[in-house]
Amino acid sequence: MYKYNQFDTAFLAERNAQFRAQVERRIDGSLTEDEFKPLRLMNGLYLQLHAYMLRVAIPYGTLNPDQMRTLALLAQKWDKGYGHFTTRQNIQYNWPKLKDVPDMLDALGQVGLHAIQTSGNTIRNVTSDHFAGAAADEIKDPRPIAELIRQWSTDHPEFQFLGRKFKIAITGSPNDRAVTKAHDVGLRMVEKDGEAGFEVIVGGGLGRTPMVGKVLRDFLPQADLLPYLEAVLAVYNILGRRDNKYKARIKITVQENGIDTYREMVEEQFIQRRAEFDGTDQKLLKEIEAHFAAPEFRTDDTAAYDAAYDADPIFRAWADTNLAKHRKDDHAIVTISVKAHGQTPGDATAAQMNVMADLAEQFAYGELRISHEQNVILSHVHKSDLPAIHAKLKEAGLATANVGLISDIIACPGMDYCALATARSIPVAQDIATRFDELKLEHEIGALKIKISGCINACGHHHVGHIGILGLDRAGVENYQITLGGDGTETATIGTRTGPGFAYDEIIPAIERIITAYLEVRETAEETFLETYRRVGMEPFKAALYPDSEKKVA
Amino acid sequence: MPRPFTPKVVTANDLLEGDVIYFTADNTWTRELSQAELITDEAEAQLRLLEAEKQNISIVGAYLADAKGGENGPEPTHFREEFRRTGPSNYSHGKQEARSDV
Repeated sequence: MYKYNQFDTAFLAERNAQFRAQVERRIDGSLTEDEFKPLRLMNGLYLQLHAYMLRVAIPYGTLNPDQMRTLALLAQKWDKGYGHFTTRQNIQYNWPKLKDVPDMLDALGQVGLHAIQTSGNTIRNVTSDHFAGAAADEIKDPRPIAELIRQWSTDHPEFQFLGRKFKIAITGSPNDRAVTKAHDVGLRMVEKDGEAGFEVIVGGGLGRTPMVGKVLRDFLPQADLLPYLEAVLAVYNILGRRDNKYKARIKITVQENGIDTYREMVEEQFIQRRAEFDGTDQKLLKEIEAHFAAPEFRTDDTAAYDAAYDADPIFRAWADTNLAKHRKDDHAIVTISVKAHGQTPGDATAAQMNVMADLAEQFAYGELRISHEQNVILSHVHKSDLPAIHAKLKEAGLATANVGLISDIIACPGMDYCALATARSIPVAQDIATRFDELKLEHEIGALKIKISGCINACGHHHVGHIGILGLDRAGVENYQITLGGDGTETATIGTRTGPGFAYDEIIPAIERIITAYLEVRETAEETFLETYRRVGMEPFKAALYPDSEKKVA
Repeated sequence: MPRPFTPKVVTANDLLEGDVIYFTADNTWTRELSQAELITDEAEAQLRLLEAEKQNISIVGAYLADAKGGENGPEPTHFREEFRRTGPSNYSHGKQEARSDV
């Protein structure tokens, strides 16, 4: 994992000192809020409904145990004992006090973490596959490239005042776990003649105008990545609209100008930009790659795992849902569910964070990941250690066996915290999870992704949920629209709206009717919700959702 | 036709604490919506907002929020303001927490 060099440490310390002085000047009245706001946003500090909110980047979702312990420390010392993992591999603290924020940033700086560019019209935290470096299907670990992009984009003078925020995601696997097609730029590693490069996808995004990204370049050699990205952003800076906030994202720029025009302009810029690169970036990349060398995987027999799997049904249920295939046969990737039934998706207490840090240190080669699905991952675990890990997770309330199932819900903070929200999303997620746990249907239903956003900005990725829920304010009352058939993977699809929305007290029964319809029409128990939807379409679900209107038509 | 004016309170967030505050009739700030000044005249509302904004050194983002008169003072008419005066629904944090401490 990447370790800060002297330059990184000095840069961050200076930046934090600057922000400390800015906070002091706001408090003593030298800065107005209009002057201070852009400065605090550049450092990840929002003012939300009930309090300030500090958003800390977890670059490409990777943490070491000391970093996780520091996240716990922040929760305990300066917040209310918990943190909220987000859909962009960040962590948010919902209750910091303005005076404490500089101290929080200094504590983060001690372990090489920061909140720079987690807000504002800049290049945001670069997100990546949470199984990077461990997945069996991977071409190459994309995180060295992600770190290179982090360093290049941090404080990049040309891209500090973009027309709008800019999000980049990168994956090294053909199975896309990083939602690359719903990002401003998505980078998918591909191979050509034995050489690794990137398929560059541009103009994806959710929000008010959801779009699946388009291919800008089908193969970009790895060495050309930074000049090419500069070209993409430079063209966006020139063409992107600044007259209308809702038309300012690159997806609209690409749509209005056409992908071919955009491509031509990028290629033209790229020739100039590439000439300015002298190979320093590639030298730096080589150094960064050394930081990400795979651990020396131990070899041992897996008898302890096999025995527990056969003997303990609770362990077996957890192993069946929460483990993924590691590139080493005797290892596994563990997804720790931060979605206990009835709890807030993505919230972990300081004590839980410390337990996960300890487990990573003891059993997982010192690596943790945060997924965009708001769970925590131990990326490399020898199978023989799984029973011991499971036992400790159980004690900490972290052994919920629901990864990929109906209660493994993505939800944005919604109107419980967010100043932009138009309705709540957390209690909807809590109630769905609780309801299907009561019904004991979760495992029978099988693979299903529900994603909930509390406003049209779609932080909860509802458009790419198999079932998406969007909370709106309709005439002063919370109202929830449902979409079906969304998909955030390599086969990315925007979900289709079912029809009129449902009131707060109607949304859980509505979801239940959808599930009942699915269980009735699926061909086999193996046919997933998404497969069934793709086979039968909207009609059976519409009939289940709106029985009265069906009668009227008949 | 412009919409008829509905009663308002001036509300903002405290600069240091970040929490929700309301403007009172004597130009101070309170944590309780029920203590706020309920403004029933449209022109007066704009003046009160300007008066409140004179204190921008210690408050952030003052605006006029819809409210109605209740038995114990102003009450919210929209669910957003109900959440602001209470706190989140997933934990007993925010104003509801402070109240339960009393």
